[in-house]
Amino acid sequence: MRRFAALYDRLDRTNSTNDKVAAIVAYLAAAPAADAAWAVFFLSGERLPAPVKVREMTEWACDVCGVDAATFEVCYEEVGDRAETLALLLEAAPGRRDEGTWDPPLREVVELVVGLRSQDPAAQRAALTARWAQLALRELFVLNKVITGGFRVGVSKRLLVRALSQWSGIDTAVLFHRMMGAPIDSEARFRGLFDADSTDADRARPYPFFLASPVEGEVATLGEVADWQAEWKWDGIRGQLVARGGEVSLWSRGEELVTDSFPDIAGAAVGLPDGVVLDGEILAWRDGAPLPFASLQRRLGRKRVGKKTLADYPCTFLCYDLLEEGGADLRAAPLRARRARLEATAALVGFPVSEVVVAESWGALARLREQSRGRGVEGMMLKRLDSPYRTGRVRGDWWKWKVDPLELDAVLVYAQPGHGRRAGLHTDYTFAVWSEGELVPVAKAYTGLDNAEIRELDTWIRRNTTDKFGPVRQVAAEHVFELHFDSAQRSTRHKSGVALRFPRIARWRREREPQSANRLDDVLAMVGEPSGD
Amino acid sequence: MTTDVLTPAAGGLACPAGDFVVDPLTATTTSVVTHAHADHARAVADVVHCSAEGAAVTRRRLGDAVKIIAHEWGERFQLGDAAVSLHPAGHIRGSAQVRVEVDGVTWVVSGDYKREEDPTCTPFEVVPCDVFVTEATFALPIYRWPSTAQVVEEIWSWWQANAAAGKCSMLFCYALGKAQRVLAGLRAHTDRSVFVHGAVSPLTEAYRDEGIQMLPTAPVGKERRSFAGELVVAPPSASRSTWMRRFGAVQTGFASGWMRVRGRRRGRGWDRGFVLSDHADWPGIVETVAATGARRVLAYHGRADLLVAYLRDRGVDAAPLAGSTGSRSMEED
Ligand SMILES: [Zn+2]
Ligand SMILES: [Zn+2]
Repeated sequence: MRRFAALYDRLDRTNSTNDKVAAIVAYLAAAPAADAAWAVFFLSGERLPAPVKVREMTEWACDVCGVDAATFEVCYEEVGDRAETLALLLEAAPGRRDEGTWDPPLREVVELVVGLRSQDPAAQRAALTARWAQLALRELFVLNKVITGGFRVGVSKRLLVRALSQWSGIDTAVLFHRMMGAPIDSEARFRGLFDADSTDADRARPYPFFLASPVEGEVATLGEVADWQAEWKWDGIRGQLVARGGEVSLWSRGEELVTDSFPDIAGAAVGLPDGVVLDGEILAWRDGAPLPFASLQRRLGRKRVGKKTLADYPCTFLCYDLLEEGGADLRAAPLRARRARLEATAALVGFPVSEVVVAESWGALARLREQSRGRGVEGMMLKRLDSPYRTGRVRGDWWKWKVDPLELDAVLVYAQPGHGRRAGLHTDYTFAVWSEGELVPVAKAYTGLDNAEIRELDTWIRRNTTDKFGPVRQVAAEHVFELHFDSAQRSTRHKSGVALRFPRIARWRREREPQSANRLDDVLAMVGEPSGD
Repeated sequence: MTTDVLTPAAGGLACPAGDFVVDPLTATTTSVVTHAHADHARAVADVVHCSAEGAAVTRRRLGDAVKIIAHEWGERFQLGDAAVSLHPAGHIRGSAQVRVEVDGVTWVVSGDYKREEDPTCTPFEVVPCDVFVTEATFALPIYRWPSTAQVVEEIWSWWQANAAAGKCSMLFCYALGKAQRVLAGLRAHTDRSVFVHGAVSPLTEAYRDEGIQMLPTAPVGKERRSFAGELVVAPPSASRSTWMRRFGAVQTGFASGWMRVRGRRRGRGWDRGFVLSDHADWPGIVETVAATGARRVLAYHGRADLLVAYLRDRGVDAAPLAGSTGSRSMEED
């Protein structure tokens, strides 16, 4: 338990992904498999079924410490985490003599906690009270967390898989697949992760993604428009849907298995014939049109998606390409051939297929592209009709042709220092627009100025601070900046009532007076109908 | 009903019978200053009484224009109708409790205090009194401090581990008191030199002048050099300044009682928190209050509510000190 508590502490202390991976690898190398299994269980966000009533456990701990309910509440408010509050109170309780005398394997802690379920409250209380007396602070915290659940320590499934892979030498895709389904709640399940025979996981394995590069210069230089397939560029999550051996796996471009987050897509895909792999975009989608990206985010990272979430944020898989059919790898075939077969396959399960945008000329295509924002897309994709499905970001055959962003003139109102290399320089800016004679913040932006401008602005900010809130400086409303952003959405969380997506600084408009900045009405008018270059 | 010996005024505690204010923040004639931290010592009085042990740092803080009268521990001096004496509080060098006796009634103002070991100052002395005015910065039962030796050893191992990884160890802490306490404690492990920020350097020299034994220190200075493997001690405010840029690969740590709570450490983005406080923890406050034998307890400087309820439950006449400000800045410990 001490070893796991130390791992938790180390993970908690660093924000570096590499450090976290290294900490987990070191733990795996040292811990017995029976313990490591439970470490993986907790780090992957699993929890044991509630063994005791949290309210009762809180009462028992408070009794041990001689603390009343009101005092606990004040402490809980200060700490923000129940398991930690109880650990701090227990450790600070008077008359502790046996602290640090119990260091069982993590497996035994789990057994203790699971065993509590079948006991009556008096026995539960006695068991916990005895153990609490024997644990030091970090271990108290771990025991309480094992009971209450929720070891949030910034370890994503992807990071965990990376560590497991680094330690075992087993491919991450294989591990991702094996981490699916039943949680790692036994030594046997843990050992099964590292089985050298990967036939099971190979069945679910996606192909490496083919990624497009941004168009440079004029599209006319790409040759005949007739040699190209143009499609809309959607703002979702690029994915591959793998249907083999009666099993469906949905992978995101980060090579992460996300099947559990999208039961609607996976459910529909069950109707696919065996041996099919589709490339496409996971999109929040209703009535044949995309929902804002924020809707899609509601679905990500969830292990179980409830009925309400499914109904509120329905998702679909918009098909781009067919990579495998009847178990045969089609990637070497030209796009035009793959596309012809894609439509028939997608139709079997009712998935939409990315529309091909047809135009007589590059000029006509460019005019169609101007509809992008109105359609809720980021621009166009250009794919050479005779291109194979390549691996990685290979230039030449697939291009993304994004539309220019929306624009806005806004006034700098707050600034605060950045981090790391730019520590000390004010590089995090807040911008506002006018509403009824007042400046209302609408966007924060960090990038877009060059170093000389950042330094100049920093000096100005320091001399023109009108108020300070911690590290945040309010500055005189003098400077106007042109901001670019991808879209505007209604938001109840922002005072302005609007949230800008990907705002960035385009230029410092020194010639402009602050009064000439945009009004909030202008911004609200851009909501929903984000169109026009 | 008798009037109180001390009542909140001028940002501190005024004694009408003696015509002075303890730790005033606004203009006054005569003051008694508990210690040289900025929230207690301001150059607002014509005459300042302080402890002899704290005279040098108080002088440094208040400047030469102020008239300072220093008193030995326990030495009685008369201010108007009040008999006053100063007693060690163990918070930082020279930190004092103020004992005030008027018409046979004794009040003691704790100032900031701690009960933990600290080689840089005289340890806390329990002063029996009728009314005890106690600070309450960490007056929640979740606050209990590990031993100083243990925390100093943690700092030492952290420094060693960072050095092994070729990184600079940047330890943030209060420039007056905490920094010197750490520098003194680390002598148990090493005699290596430590780099100090410009705000820490003069105070450390002032401590050294008084014979406090600490690790050798060197100012960070302007010239370019590698700080890999070195320990640097700086005030927390430096973490947001351009000053940080010269150190290359850095691990940051913060030494403060606030670091006992995980969220506080994470919220500020410190790589490492060390639970080292110059204030009393919950058991320290509770034990001290009992030891003074005070029949009435007033809590100030922090969160008084819980302490007051706790003491009342145990039959002590306790109250928050009316009108006192509850300063709870993280940088203050
Ligand atoms: Zn102080
Ligand atoms: Zn103070």
